[in-house]
Amino acid sequence: MKNTDTRAAGIPPLPDAVLELRDAAVAVGGRRLWGGVNLTVRPGEFVAVLGPNGVGKSTMIKVLLGTLPAAAGQVRVLGARPGGAGDQIGYLPQRRNFDGSLRIRGVDIVRLGLDGDRWGVPLPFASRLSPRHRAAETRVREVVELVGASSYADRPIGECSGGEQQRLLIAQALVRRPRLLLLDEPLDSLDLPNQAGVAALIHRICRHEDVAVVMVAHDVNPILSYLDRVVYIVAGGAASGPAEEVITSETLTRLYGTPVEVLKAADGRLVVVGGPEAPALHSDRHHSDHGHAHAAAAASPRGFGS
Amino acid sequence: MFQDSYMLTALVAGTGIALACGLVGYFLVLRAQVFTGDALSHVAFTGALAALAFGIDLRVGLFAGCVLVAVLFGALGRRGRADDVVIGNVFAWILGLGVFFMTLYTTNQSGSGDGGNQTVQVLFGSILGLSSSMAVTALAIGLAVSLVLLLIARPLLFATLDESVAAARGVPVRLLGYGFLVLIGVTAGEATQAVGSMLLLGLLAAPAGTALLLTDRPYLGLALSAGLAVADIWIGLLLTHLVPRAPTSFWIMTVAAVTYAAAVAYSRSARAKRRAPDKPADPAESATSKEAAA
Repeated sequence: MKNTDTRAAGIPPLPDAVLELRDAAVAVGGRRLWGGVNLTVRPGEFVAVLGPNGVGKSTMIKVLLGTLPAAAGQVRVLGARPGGAGDQIGYLPQRRNFDGSLRIRGVDIVRLGLDGDRWGVPLPFASRLSPRHRAAETRVREVVELVGASSYADRPIGECSGGEQQRLLIAQALVRRPRLLLLDEPLDSLDLPNQAGVAALIHRICRHEDVAVVMVAHDVNPILSYLDRVVYIVAGGAASGPAEEVITSETLTRLYGTPVEVLKAADGRLVVVGGPEAPALHSDRHHSDHGHAHAAAAASPRGFGS
Repeated sequence: MFQDSYMLTALVAGTGIALACGLVGYFLVLRAQVFTGDALSHVAFTGALAALAFGIDLRVGLFAGCVLVAVLFGALGRRGRADDVVIGNVFAWILGLGVFFMTLYTTNQSGSGDGGNQTVQVLFGSILGLSSSMAVTALAIGLAVSLVLLLIARPLLFATLDESVAAARGVPVRLLGYGFLVLIGVTAGEATQAVGSMLLLGLLAAPAGTALLLTDRPYLGLALSAGLAVADIWIGLLLTHLVPRAPTSFWIMTVAAVTYAAAVAYSRSARAKRRAPDKPADPAESATSKEAAA
């Protein structure tokens, strides 16, 4: 699972980490949401930011993007201050789906990730005349192929399913060949097979394209087998480190202050049961979260408890 | 048809106005801001009648009113985007103000009997009554609006479809929102002179809605929307020439509405056709793509 060391033998390791947080803390409106987070992420590592809803997981992404300053500690992103290396970061915000009536093709949404910040409009037939446009189109096709969206990328995005839209948006975040991918709840509002599919896709990109991934999630089970590092945030505390050290019954029980068990399923995968999705904490969330809560409570990532 | 000079001036002014309406309208529909356009067309009415009541150039009132209120919408809404409740409130009050100016103006003009006539022109347009200098101004303003819109089109599209990602990429989302509202304001002020404040929405929303039904490529849709708006005006003018008993505004709106209805019918039948076979992907094709991947 942790193949960063073996790979480092083949390719000379980068002198500096993709991401470095030292004793970082965040406050919003004077209220300290979390603190004491230490984290080092190297290229090609898959990191999850976990915790119950409302503890400020998404603020971690905002700090890394540079839109929210850290209240304490040091934060370095790609060797620069947060916000200083925006070109090399792919960002997928937490979102609801595109409107069903939106008639814009998926490839156009992906293309905006490449050159959407340029002024003007592409000239008619530009792709036939200019090598730059041809290269851009090739890159868009390439990244659409990478996420497995070729069969529906030319359909209006409003007609695509939630899982298809999410794959296209991951392609959009990847199209500029970023070194760091920040994903805010990319599995939210997907059904279980799609959660598994998108999680596997992100893992594959992370390994094959050598992109470091920081993913915010409130349900750890779909990504548990892929994780290199974990940051667990709960109100008043945080824990971070290699996945196998943090995701243990003892650490999680201590963090949540309620019994949490990490079990081994029949196929050898780990499953987290209990605390993380305490019903009182997610009562303010929309309906799609019930699935996660029950899945966790039923001690199986695949079965719905209800 | 061009023996009458008023027809030529109408064509010149109409083309400029239609280009601006088609381009601005495309984003108006895509951003779900049609209500903003509707509200601004009524602001145009108030602005024009305020100018008439105070005895200044009608166009000063039109542009000042539309642009100021457009910016006000942005300031009251979020992130340079007006919200519907804000628009509803401002719009109702402004329309009330318009009625006040109308009363003021028509009572002052009651001797000449011109007041009611002018009011009707503001409401329903008078594209055939434009002077040649007004027509050239209309063309210039229309082209200027079109040029600015084309310059901001790509980042505006990004900000429209994917606001937070665009903002993270450094696209000035808020500024673009305001800029676009100003463009709507200028377009509304200009188009009111041709088709009137009541009918302006038809020229803003119908060609754009038609284009969005006919293509899912954004830049092609933008061009198509502008082209359809120009065609609506040209065909409307031709029909006025052939059947002069009906007013131009009626013909332009009829053409726009019929085109839109045809596009709805076309897209429904095209979608039904696409759904009907509903075969899984061609096995031969998916096999080759797997080979390519391997």
